[in-house]
Amino acid sequence: MSERKPGAESTPPGDSQLPLFEVFVQEKSGAAHQHVGSVHAADAEQALQNARDVYARRGALLSLWVVASDAIVATTPEDSPCFFDPAPHKIYRHPQFYHTPQGVKNL
Amino acid sequence: MSAGLLETVASQPAPAPAPEASGALETQRARFEWLLGLADDRLILGHRLSEWCGHAPILEEELALANIALDLIGQAQMLFELAAETEGAGRSADALAFLRDSRDFRNMLLVEQPNGDFAFTIVRQFLFDAWDLPQLEALCASRYKDLAGFAAKACKEARYHLRHSHGWLLRLGGGTQESNRRTQAALDELWRFTPELFLTPVLPSMSSTSDASEAHFQETVRAALSEADLTLPDAAPFPALRGRAGLHSEHLGHLLAEMQVLQRSYPGAKW
Repeated sequence: MSERKPGAESTPPGDSQLPLFEVFVQEKSGAAHQHVGSVHAADAEQALQNARDVYARRGALLSLWVVASDAIVATTPEDSPCFFDPAPHKIYRHPQFYHTPQGVKNL
Repeated sequence: MSAGLLETVASQPAPAPAPEASGALETQRARFEWLLGLADDRLILGHRLSEWCGHAPILEEELALANIALDLIGQAQMLFELAAETEGAGRSADALAFLRDSRDFRNMLLVEQPNGDFAFTIVRQFLFDAWDLPQLEALCASRYKDLAGFAAKACKEARYHLRHSHGWLLRLGGGTQESNRRTQAALDELWRFTPELFLTPVLPSMSSTSDASEAHFQETVRAALSEADLTLPDAAPFPALRGRAGLHSEHLGHLLAEMQVLQRSYPGAKW
């Protein structure tokens, strides 16, 4: 293969199946797409079809996204101390510190 | 599958329209058999696909095949209801599905062929889907309102089925040498069953269009094969059997034995 296709490197070691794709679904208009799981597929179009068959058949959905798992850049456990030190005493850093105006949805 | 698992159709049945001048020669029996053929294709193909449960290449494909099987069996049930009502003999959809013998089934030979390998199943499905979708689209305009209602629902499912089988055909044909070889072999084996897809004339009371469907089918198949690096087989002699007339290969008897065993052993069983 001269050109790397999306997902071509996504299969975890030891997994003999097709490349892995992460699946995101949108249930309501305006709502964020939520990660629901993953599917194996030969390419993006088949990943969409598999995602539909695995995650979309029982509930009404508005939209499906699939993303090649290897396209996701993730932190490592070593990143945690410098990335995620929450400084819990600085309560004004948290969104909960601020009141949500009435009538605002989808926050 | 059992009788008890089949869902009942919610819509109230309305009788088939009385034949007009062009359809005056149609008998009630002909209309019944025509609907039965459409239903049996789906029941038998749906059952074949259900045989992949636990055997499909990957979990995702297993679910896809089972979903398509359920779509087809659901379609079959709706058509059995219409057929039963057209027959007017008080037979239920379950009785039509589970209490008829091979000789009384009207499905085409293509759909009863055993699953073979995955390529064989995909080619069989693609040939069926490429034939089925334009047919259902035409049936959406049927004067027989219940049939048009059925077709409108089935069309959405058939579009997805074709997208699925077409996608796999391209992948298998354009995949490895081995996948191409197997897919071509499946095509060579199954192609001789395709003339039967167009042998049965559409009844005027059911649908007004039929002439274009064979050309449409050929076009879909030719385009897909060329893209999938597969060769259209030469026209092969059609088997002497004819499914629509109840003359089936030996495979159907085995399929029915498995599919019907519960209703045959415990008539009327429910749970």
